[in-house]
Amino acid sequence: MTYSTLLSDAIWTPILGGLLVLAVGDRRAGAARWLALLVSLVTFAVTIPLFTGFDTHTAAMQFSERVAWIPALNIFYHLGIDGISLWFILLTSFLTVLVIIGSWRNVQERVAQFMAAFLIMEGMMIGVFCALDAILFYVFWEGMLIPMFLIIGVWGGPRRVYATIKFFLYTFLGSVLMLVALLYLYFHSGDSFSLLAFQKTPLGMTAQILIFLALFLAFAVKIPMWPVHTWLPDAHVEAPTGGSVILAAVMLKMGAYGFLRLSLPIVPDASHRLAWLMVALSLIAIIYVALVAIVQEDMKKLIAYSSVAHMGFVTLGFFMFDGVAIEGGIIQMLSHGFISAAMFFCVGVLYDRMHTRNIKAYGGVVNVMPIFAALMMLFAMGNVGLPGTSGFVGEFMVVLGTYQVSPWAAILAATGLITGASYTLWLFKRVIFGGIAHPEVAGLKDLDGREMFVLGALAASTLLLGLWPAPFLDIVHSSVQHLVTQVSLSKIPV
Amino acid sequence: MNSFLTHWIFALPEIWVLTMACVVLLADLYWGERLRDLASVLTMLTLVGATVLTIFEMGQRGTAFAGLFVLDSFTNVAELFSYLAVLVVVLYSKRYLVDRGIYRGEVFVLLLFALLGIMVMVSGGNLLSVYLGLELLALSQYALVAFYRDSVVATEAGLKYFVLGALASGLLLYGMSLLYGLTGTLDVRNIAGALVNVAAGNLVLVFAIVFVVAGIAFKLGAAPFHMWLPDVYQGAPTVVTTFLASAPKIGAFALVIRLLVDGGYGMLESWQQIFVALSLASLVIGNVIAIAQQNIKRMLAYSTVGHVGFLSLGIVAGTEAGLASAFFYTVVYVLMSLAGFGMILLLSRAGFEAERIDDFKGLAQRKPWYAFLMLIIMFSMAGVPPTVGFYAKLAVFQAVISAGYVWLAVIGVLLAVIGAFYYLRVVKVMYFDKADAEAGIIVRDDLASTVLSINSLALLMLGILPGPLMAFCFYAMRGMM
Repeated sequence: MTYSTLLSDAIWTPILGGLLVLAVGDRRAGAARWLALLVSLVTFAVTIPLFTGFDTHTAAMQFSERVAWIPALNIFYHLGIDGISLWFILLTSFLTVLVIIGSWRNVQERVAQFMAAFLIMEGMMIGVFCALDAILFYVFWEGMLIPMFLIIGVWGGPRRVYATIKFFLYTFLGSVLMLVALLYLYFHSGDSFSLLAFQKTPLGMTAQILIFLALFLAFAVKIPMWPVHTWLPDAHVEAPTGGSVILAAVMLKMGAYGFLRLSLPIVPDASHRLAWLMVALSLIAIIYVALVAIVQEDMKKLIAYSSVAHMGFVTLGFFMFDGVAIEGGIIQMLSHGFISAAMFFCVGVLYDRMHTRNIKAYGGVVNVMPIFAALMMLFAMGNVGLPGTSGFVGEFMVVLGTYQVSPWAAILAATGLITGASYTLWLFKRVIFGGIAHPEVAGLKDLDGREMFVLGALAASTLLLGLWPAPFLDIVHSSVQHLVTQVSLSKIPV
Repeated sequence: MNSFLTHWIFALPEIWVLTMACVVLLADLYWGERLRDLASVLTMLTLVGATVLTIFEMGQRGTAFAGLFVLDSFTNVAELFSYLAVLVVVLYSKRYLVDRGIYRGEVFVLLLFALLGIMVMVSGGNLLSVYLGLELLALSQYALVAFYRDSVVATEAGLKYFVLGALASGLLLYGMSLLYGLTGTLDVRNIAGALVNVAAGNLVLVFAIVFVVAGIAFKLGAAPFHMWLPDVYQGAPTVVTTFLASAPKIGAFALVIRLLVDGGYGMLESWQQIFVALSLASLVIGNVIAIAQQNIKRMLAYSTVGHVGFLSLGIVAGTEAGLASAFFYTVVYVLMSLAGFGMILLLSRAGFEAERIDDFKGLAQRKPWYAFLMLIIMFSMAGVPPTVGFYAKLAVFQAVISAGYVWLAVIGVLLAVIGAFYYLRVVKVMYFDKADAEAGIIVRDDLASTVLSINSLALLMLGILPGPLMAFCFYAMRGMM
């Protein structure tokens, strides 16, 4: 295995670049924007070689880096990625570029701080997906809360303070017990914080269940799963567009990633034992939360609830312990990354023009914004899971994999597809179609070049993943097979 | 003859500080009117000199003056951090004292005597010398708190501190006398040897330990012995509060090391149980009551009680790694409270104390840099990575889990979340609220503000690379058991 610093570059380029943007200052907003764009592009460029140089035939960690970090506590700066992490790193660096372009005009206050917060957060999110040391993982995981806390609190809507404190305390509370679990694991893995060592540590059933629950709390809050999802609608509604995009597209994925990287391989027996609970919660998310989404008046809130429902498919797929279902879950995560980002951008486009997210204020937008309507149509179809879009691939694979294990769960999950179609299409109909309902709508201008670029890039990604998922699946395949083997072996000491 | 010289060489930093304290007192008397900075500059020179002497002694080990004085790695490291803390206080203090007309030599003399007290506690190998150091520190502190005579609250705080402090000293002394009666010796190491022959359930010994621990808990500020802390922190001039919240905590921690570890390590199980209770009480009382505070000095006082609860977790573990992590927590706490109170100092001016939380409203718009520094301080106190406060909590949690107290760690992390709320409130006020028209924060950029920037950024830098500082604290504890 060759030594490379690519992962460190991907983590530290945006963080240091973010500090540089901060140094430029809010007074020179233009310079700050361009520098932020440059940094995000460089970061994206740095992450490309991870893809081109990736070996799809092995499930081992690639691009590994391991340096002693805090010797007194045996903590290492240990990075490495496998097929599961790779896509999320690329997703993060790709979306950050789009967020910076998308926030170009509609953020006018404290521009440098805004851009810097996104870049620093990008570095930390990439860090979460690379970290192989439990404490390093935890540091990135928690550290990310600070910039997000500020993004919602400073640039958010009217109830931003309530929303951001709720967001912070909710996720913080979820995470701290994970820390206790990680420390507990340290003493049973032969004094090591390596996640790979944790995966080999034998553990009794009681310990496994307690660890599973501690990790579950952290990840379930982040995903978020029903019933700990209540922070999400508030956070989304109040967050600025860029914040919502990153929150939905990347942050939610970290919870699901945590299940794959920590829960399943570290406590496989408890995962099996408690799979019924996870499946039940996932199905409630898919069915009940989707019904909640239907009745929302606020577009962002509707999409937020739809995120919870879509993430239900992800967790459902994971806890089938079946290769197809898990791969489906991963594709669903990616797909949701593109589509939810696009949906929030679409709402942002409308909000910038009308300054309201209330569905009733719209109607007949297609008459004045045909290009926008066409693009949003595509994303709405993706959200519904229409074949040809990425949404179909993930949900189909999950339902297919689930059917082999538990037909009833698959049937219930499939009803979620129908509710998903109802709320998305109804939203689309009320906002886009019909006659022009309000005089303000008549004055709307169609997309400008910048918005077109952002939505166009996301549309291309959605279609690419939908029409030709093979390259995406190739990358995750070996790692998922390895994971399926790991989770099928009992770790209870005989 | 050679050994006679060694005694004096071992105690060279203490002798230097004592001499210089007298020099500052006299020099200020003669030239203080004309050279107003003389006392503070001489104090800084004293601290630099002491640092050099202590570094020169690094690595040496031994006892001097018939066991009254102990030199080991803990002595060195704890003294170095104490110098640093006092130096930072001196650097912060000038403008605050000038604005209030109390920029006088006595402040610095008292600081030096207090430091000497800490040093004697840190290096004491005998109940007498430890107690002597403690009293020297305490008396200097009483005088410092009440020093600002024109302020009614400061005088009141001084009196409260004196009465309660004297009571605590009495408790400690009573415990010491019981120990003496039981073992017939004042030498800490001989006590440890003699205690081997005392039955674990011996009632006198139990009383002795309870009294000693109560005295230590008072000095640390652990609940339920924390009653003095909010009033004194709030009432004392902020310069003095900054000092109270820094170096003396290292001194109080030295009491744990010298009395309980050096002397009573054989009785680990007895005092471990008391610290479990102290830790729980401090965590709950400190973190919950801090939520209700409107005065930031008082809030930080309750947060101190909470921090003491966390560092006590390391003491509960009782292992070398546990005590090292508790020591690391103490050092980190000192750095954080120096920065926190330093910020209040810097934002205050003549006739205005920036001590209401509302005074920080809209700071991010008016002074983005200072708001950013305060943000780091608050997140560090809350223990959110990547600030150094997180690693302090991590280390003590790791220690307490290794000792088998998983439930205590669970309670600890949950109270850390409650604690996060009131730190977040300060960030919220700074970043999300609009500035009041009348909130009159003016910051002058000077030496103190540069030091504050370094102090606060250190919390972030040490959070990214905590290895060396932690290794240094672990080095201090090596071979202490």
